[in-house]
Amino acid sequence: MGSNPTTPTTTPTTGLLTACEPETEYMKMKLRVNGRDHELDVPADMPLLWVLRDRLRLTGTKFGCGIAQCGACTVHVNGRAQRACVTPVAAVEGQDVRTIEGVEGETAEAVQGAWVALDVPQCGYCQSGQVMSAISLLEAKADPSDEEIENAMSGNLCRCNCYARIRQAVRDAAETKEATS
Amino acid sequence: MSGANPDLSRRNFLKGSGALVIGIGLGACATGDQPVPAIVNASADPGPTFEPNAFVRIASDDTVTLVSKHMEMGQGPYTGLATLVAEELDADWAQMRAEAAPADDARFGNLLFRGIQGTGGSTAIRNSYMQMRTAGAAARQMLVEAAAESWGVPTSEIDVAKGRVTHARSGRETGFGALVEAAAKRPVPESPTLKDPADFVLIGHELPRIDTVDKTTGAAKFTIDQFREDMLVVMIERPPAFGAKVASFDATEALAVPGVVDVREVPQGVAVYADETWSALQGRRALRVEWDDAEAETRSSATIKATFRDAVQRPGLVASEQGDVETGLAEAAGRDDVVTAEAEFTFPFLAHAMMEPLDGLIENDPENPGGVLVTNGSQGPGRERPHLAQELGLPQEQVRFDVQMAGGSFGRRSTFDAHFVHELGATFKAQPGAPADRRPIKLQWTREDDIRGGYYRPIVAHRVRGAMDRSGALVGWDQTIAAQDFVGRTGEVVTSVVEGASNLAYTTPNLRVSQHLLKTGVPVLWWRSVGHTHTGFAVEVFIDRLLEATGQDPVEGRLALLADRPRHRGVLERAAELANWGRKPAGGTAFGVAVHESFGSFVAQIAEIEIATVPVERPKVRRVWCAVDCGVPVNPNVIRAQMEGGIGFGLGAALYSELHLDEGGRPRESNFDRYQNLRIADMPEVEVSIIRSSEAPTGVGEPGVPPIAPAVANAWRRLTGKAVDTLPFVREA
Repeated sequence: MGSNPTTPTTTPTTGLLTACEPETEYMKMKLRVNGRDHELDVPADMPLLWVLRDRLRLTGTKFGCGIAQCGACTVHVNGRAQRACVTPVAAVEGQDVRTIEGVEGETAEAVQGAWVALDVPQCGYCQSGQVMSAISLLEAKADPSDEEIENAMSGNLCRCNCYARIRQAVRDAAETKEATS
Repeated sequence: MSGANPDLSRRNFLKGSGALVIGIGLGACATGDQPVPAIVNASADPGPTFEPNAFVRIASDDTVTLVSKHMEMGQGPYTGLATLVAEELDADWAQMRAEAAPADDARFGNLLFRGIQGTGGSTAIRNSYMQMRTAGAAARQMLVEAAAESWGVPTSEIDVAKGRVTHARSGRETGFGALVEAAAKRPVPESPTLKDPADFVLIGHELPRIDTVDKTTGAAKFTIDQFREDMLVVMIERPPAFGAKVASFDATEALAVPGVVDVREVPQGVAVYADETWSALQGRRALRVEWDDAEAETRSSATIKATFRDAVQRPGLVASEQGDVETGLAEAAGRDDVVTAEAEFTFPFLAHAMMEPLDGLIENDPENPGGVLVTNGSQGPGRERPHLAQELGLPQEQVRFDVQMAGGSFGRRSTFDAHFVHELGATFKAQPGAPADRRPIKLQWTREDDIRGGYYRPIVAHRVRGAMDRSGALVGWDQTIAAQDFVGRTGEVVTSVVEGASNLAYTTPNLRVSQHLLKTGVPVLWWRSVGHTHTGFAVEVFIDRLLEATGQDPVEGRLALLADRPRHRGVLERAAELANWGRKPAGGTAFGVAVHESFGSFVAQIAEIEIATVPVERPKVRRVWCAVDCGVPVNPNVIRAQMEGGIGFGLGAALYSELHLDEGGRPRESNFDRYQNLRIADMPEVEVSIIRSSEAPTGVGEPGVPPIAPAVANAWRRLTGKAVDTLPFVREA
């Protein structure tokens, strides 16, 4: 097994996460998600991701990395894309949180329509996050350049590497939106 | 994951499959005004069915459900197998549904894995093509017989098209749903008549994927989305080095975290049981564990690589040989008209890093007291079922699998040791109290568990020596490979190590491919395209160097060496056509070529690159032209998607991915911040062309991967003069 006799044979670890000590204070709060208010009793530092998934069972928002590196957990807070895995739930009290289950309107229809038309998803696990980032982009910028698309979507990993279709779908959605408005 | 030659006689396809079953679904309702093909949502179960376990289930609401013996992890078997059934059934695509088959080798075994149920090796279409067509054709015949009987007309006068059963002379017409009860009473035909491929209306035609809508709206459910009342979320604190064991642990602080209900030592580490995910994460973080490294692999990846490179300095166990390579190369060295070359290639550990980390739910089976039910994206239920049964001390029949769609795999969910279900079983049974009182457990890996968790594509080293004369003919080829076998074998030739090299496509009078198998304490595993991940690179980069050194064109030179390889030639010629080969590259750009066969499919790719400087000088791939020959193309749309995705997957690894072990054997990378993969800005525009073929269909999940890295490396050498011997391009010290 290639063990090295000079290496100390015990090593302490204190868990894989290295953030600050757990905040165990619970708080009662009201969270507005997809237009509905929810009464919660949660640890204040509990990430929005786990509130959405474990408490509200809105499972379209996915866990991928926990450190805002993959975008699978992308939701909208007041219309802007945000990574739910690093957003403490206390920080979004009183804000308008929207998940993939609650998107609606012209931009969402154009984006999801383009996604379906191009058959973008493969495994599909990252796609809620991709769609949420794309909607947020097109809400902010109706006619993005390829570079703007790439910048806006670069935080969303897809390990199936559906990127060529994602890029084309965002382009198509922008065109559809322009044609219908 | 190759297997014995399958028995492709049609008669066997329905044998042991519980025959073909037409289920009677009661109370099913349409899900919307516009029927679209869809995955079956468990909560919308149509209720009691006549006999639920076979390949096809037709419900009274006209829906036709493919029960997929292949797990859907993005590669498209739900769509592909449903296409095969729908074609012979003459179903309308919009009425098709798909769901996963449970674990049952007898009915759902992979014909290419000696009957063991599992998905991998790009086999889903290859082993299902005749079987699913036969299943669809049998169902069609039973429906036709039922209609004939009920209408009092000969079967020969009945037509079926787009899900409608018609009798032209009497003007009668009905859907499938109205016939299911009568059809279920018909005998199952053993050898139903299959269509002439010239009459296909779905196979080879453009169809939307069956699962796209659900995957675009967030409705698609994965294992992580499973919840049970009273369920505990479990996370395991794992050893910091492979093979380290728990020496002692202190759970005081972990148990003080609200929501943490228990902490138990299990063979895999220390398990934290909590009432929700965040509590489990916090509880695990608060654990204090002392580890015993006595049996751990403590070497760094740099040390391991050096060992592997040392091994290839001499020939190993011979995997294939023709002529006399030593003499051939020695003679060549003295000839003016021959160029000799030598190269060493090294490849890093690679993690699969699929988007959904490993996860699984285990509970006492609500439908079978005394049994357990596992709900997860099991890629190899045929292998995992007996392992879990053994872990729990249960007979295999008492273990049921409800297979889920998986958020990617790339090989990771199919392991030889079935380690994940052992973890599931170990954490499940470590609960205190009577077995009947065990709470359902969702065992969740984090990204850190995944990246540091091993089962990597092994470190591999190659040494290649070769000679080519100035006419472009090979004189000799001597390739030595050092790798680690997935199951630790050392004394035999292992196909998954030498595949793609030992069957060198290029004509040469003298050939030797040999192999060293080395051991490490790091668990390793296949990774999308397996041995071809490195053999494809070494072969295609080395041949390109010889062709360049002898003044041959990369495409023409390859074609000349592939005289007796028509399918290699076919894809290479098609890719060259797409790329408009022969034109001068624009300033600051270059083209690179590679062609490779894997899993019975042939793929050629031509990459156009330029130089990028961020984060370091490296290739930026602008465009890729790709041609694929996978026999009869069942779903062109899925084939293109797999080529596009395979190109991105292979390119991301070639540019950025490497898992380092630091001194002490600790994985350096733990998440997507440092374990880098392709992101959208690096994705080239891809054009795919599919060869029209009447050969038996082969898979596409993996074959798109091998050519891209060598194509880019070849373009890079032509653009910069710098040879690429080590992957990834962008490396940390």
